[in-house]
Amino acid sequence: MLSKRLIACLDVRDGFLAKSIKFVDTRNIGDPVLKAKEYYEDGLDELVFYDITASSEDRKIMLDVVEKVAAQVFIPLSVGGGVRSVSDASDLRLAGAEKINVNSAAVLNPTLISDCAEAIGNQNVVLSMDIRKVQASSVIPSGYEIVINGGRKPMGIDALAWAIEGEMLGAGELVINSIDADGTKEGYEIALTSLISDAVGIPIIASGGAGEPQHLVDVLTKGKADAALVASMVHYGEYTVRGIKEELHAQGIKMRMSF
Amino acid sequence: MLLIIDYKAGNLRSVQRACQKVGMDAVISSNPDTVRAAERIIFPGVGAAGSAMQSLRESGMNEAILEFVREGKPVFGICLGLQISMDYSEENNQETLGLLAGNVQRFDLTNAALKIPHMGWNSIVIQQNHHMLEGVKSSDEFYFVHSYYSNPTNVKNIFGITHYGNDFVSVVAKENYFATQFHPEKSGKVGLRMLSRFATWDGD
Repeated sequence: MLSKRLIACLDVRDGFLAKSIKFVDTRNIGDPVLKAKEYYEDGLDELVFYDITASSEDRKIMLDVVEKVAAQVFIPLSVGGGVRSVSDASDLRLAGAEKINVNSAAVLNPTLISDCAEAIGNQNVVLSMDIRKVQASSVIPSGYEIVINGGRKPMGIDALAWAIEGEMLGAGELVINSIDADGTKEGYEIALTSLISDAVGIPIIASGGAGEPQHLVDVLTKGKADAALVASMVHYGEYTVRGIKEELHAQGIKMRMSF
Repeated sequence: MLLIIDYKAGNLRSVQRACQKVGMDAVISSNPDTVRAAERIIFPGVGAAGSAMQSLRESGMNEAILEFVREGKPVFGICLGLQISMDYSEENNQETLGLLAGNVQRFDLTNAALKIPHMGWNSIVIQQNHHMLEGVKSSDEFYFVHSYYSNPTNVKNIFGITHYGNDFVSVVAKENYFATQFHPEKSGKVGLRMLSRFATWDGD
């Protein structure tokens, strides 16, 4: 039986670990390589690096971080932030990333998804979606809208329709990131996660809002997510990766407990 | 020399890095001559059976691998490497290497809650002992990413099974050939341990 996955997201800016609250006010909270190693030893199932500045010169710093982590951490490693071309994706793959996250650039240029899928395989292309709750309308019937550029730019695109299109274009997984829940520690956006999970046949990673283990339990059951992504819950030492997994396991969620 | 077969099927550096971590220096090559010089080979790969076979044929690597196996030297197949070692793959309706009798088929899951690909951590139930499987506990989990699985016709070739919707074969072996559907290089310490056992397997 397949286990649910616990994924930690490390936002990296200028080679340092950062954590945003509602996508602004980023703070330097440490060395991403050390953190990655610590979480790996503690039983993390998958790692995501998100390059939150992603200007061209920072890209080299990021490749260096990925390279260092890949030499020490032997679980799937996913990298995103500023991936605009197949060549960006290939560079990250060569540095040691297993999966590539595309986000804003894919919204502006959807063929980026199919191009990447063809170059590196569907299963390695993760479509990350930043989503905000809005009034349902004829343009946005689900009441969830895609926003890009770190949550700054609403696109007038329905999130549910975009998820389905992303799967058709060749994405192997979807990250459902609720901007409303991000950084609040009040729980994932369950209704949104479940809505999209029911509509697609590829794995769903829930993101944004985790504050305590019960939130993960809820999104992995009621939210029908295949994986739950955490950040601040573990970055500040409030919870450990192992502690969260033990709690989920105790609540009957199938987790990988031998590591 | 430990050789990782390169046939344009995925990123092989993760396999090389994992080998390095457990003290094995591995060479990555797509040149059939390097197979002839190798002591043991890892045959990894992700991607589609059709393009993989095409690439193996074009480089002459298919013949080199078959010859290597006939010589009795140890081979470790991973993921697509396992699948194209069978006779035939439903993926692209492709005739494959034929090291093991049987075909490769797609997950046909009637349960809509089970997603394809089968992606993530899952356990294996060992069917027969093998040098490469020593130390693996029933609670150990390995990282899988695949939409197709192999169906060996000879039960003697089945060494491990995994449950996803139904049971499928996740570990196969025949003489000096051993292969897993999962990725040991992405399976944390239990995966690294399995890779390190390859260094001490003489193919028996």
